[in-house]
Amino acid sequence: MSAAWSLIDCDVHANVPGMQALLPYLDEQWRGSVLDRGLNSLESISYPPNAPLTARADWRGKAGEPPNTLDMLRSHALDRWHIDVAICNCLYGVQLLFSEDMAAAFAKALNDWLAAEWLDRDARLRGSIVVPMQNTDYAVAEIERCAPDRRFVQILVLAMGEAPLGRREYWPIFAAAERHDLPVGIHAGSSFRHAVTSLGWPSWYAEDYCANAQGFQAQVASLVCEGVFAKYPKLKVVLLESGVTWLPAFLWRLTKFWRGVRAEVPWVDRPPWEIVRDQLRLTLQPFDGPDEPDAVAKLVDQLQSDDMLLFASDFPHWQFDGDAIMPAGIPQKLHGKIKRDNALATYPRLAATAA
Amino acid sequence: MAKHVIAPLRDFPAGTRRLVDVRGRAIVVFNVNGEFFALANRCPHQGGSLVQGRLVGLIESSEPGCYRYSRRGEIIRCPWHGWEFDLRTGKSWCEPDRVRARQFAVSVTPGAKVVEGPYVAETFPVRIEDDYVVIEA
Repeated sequence: MSAAWSLIDCDVHANVPGMQALLPYLDEQWRGSVLDRGLNSLESISYPPNAPLTARADWRGKAGEPPNTLDMLRSHALDRWHIDVAICNCLYGVQLLFSEDMAAAFAKALNDWLAAEWLDRDARLRGSIVVPMQNTDYAVAEIERCAPDRRFVQILVLAMGEAPLGRREYWPIFAAAERHDLPVGIHAGSSFRHAVTSLGWPSWYAEDYCANAQGFQAQVASLVCEGVFAKYPKLKVVLLESGVTWLPAFLWRLTKFWRGVRAEVPWVDRPPWEIVRDQLRLTLQPFDGPDEPDAVAKLVDQLQSDDMLLFASDFPHWQFDGDAIMPAGIPQKLHGKIKRDNALATYPRLAATAA
Repeated sequence: MAKHVIAPLRDFPAGTRRLVDVRGRAIVVFNVNGEFFALANRCPHQGGSLVQGRLVGLIESSEPGCYRYSRRGEIIRCPWHGWEFDLRTGKSWCEPDRVRARQFAVSVTPGAKVVEGPYVAETFPVRIEDDYVVIEA
């Protein structure tokens, strides 16, 4: 591994400015469908344009618009913080579509758009393959189609989909991920098939966003208990925009109950904590810790691993101010691992091309 | 350690278990297909009474969806939290190095030897021609 790269950003967002941008990348009949149906956007309510979270105030344009251009990504993040490599995650709502065919067509267009409009234009950028989870065969086909382009370094799914990700219907996706050296990135967000909390629909935006942590917890439990990590031991799963500090408490709980009912899932043949430490990673932002640096250091220590955190700015989402790209209190000895080494160990395709 | 005669063999058939008191210590003794095992009747996790647990087999897996069931009746599940303990070692399945149930040696001894002694705590007449279950505790 090279020392030339010093900062790898594992979560920046390349935002589709509108359906018009995807038209050139859609097949003819879907282009017609967009016009016939008057589809202007596939925005979900996860990131409403005016929500403070959606973009930092000092990064917005003159009319308050989120900074959705490559130039803005460069000036506000890549150049400013000397980011050597950044992984672009597109949160355009192809996961919301009900038609499997349409979802596959839009996922393909989205990935081609990302490659042509972003990856081709800045050598620092890498991409995640957005897959149509509505149909596992189509999702695998999209992975196979994109995988030869080694700039795609990850598969991207949402924290809350139609069913828990560990279910066996999804296993061909994990097999493809392992086969192609692609971690599976699970990003905050929902396809809104179900209420975002297990209690039903909340009323307010803050509730909706916080509910993602519950979604992530359920996914971690599903991946462990259904045996995905056992079946695919080389697989890495990266939680994106998940927050961090909920994980130790959740894993204490999961491991505690596993001790009593492990016979139901005999393929989970070691404590969930160990499995997670080996195969799960988390991006740094939003860092959901206290303000006191000493308390942050304690929380990070509870992970009992120096390998799990990956640097991410989450550009353009408003997760921190100024240039405070590392939360205060993260021990200095971890900075190099978080900023570079852990990403290289997680993403084989980055390691293979490390400058 | 003293040897305690806890039952004539013919009164302790395979597939049964007994809770015995040996000098104030509660010990559960199992007859699994003619083999005897004895553990302190206190789960080392939270103190559950193991004599009330279910004897199960060892469930293992080579991969998700595959179940391998072996050693039928050789694992006791604590009735409180379901922790499994191996009768042969006393070790818990989930924390074998850290959490284990206290084990005691049990044997089947001919009445002729029992009569010679030294044995304690028999509460029934010992007959030379019978065998007895004896615990060391």
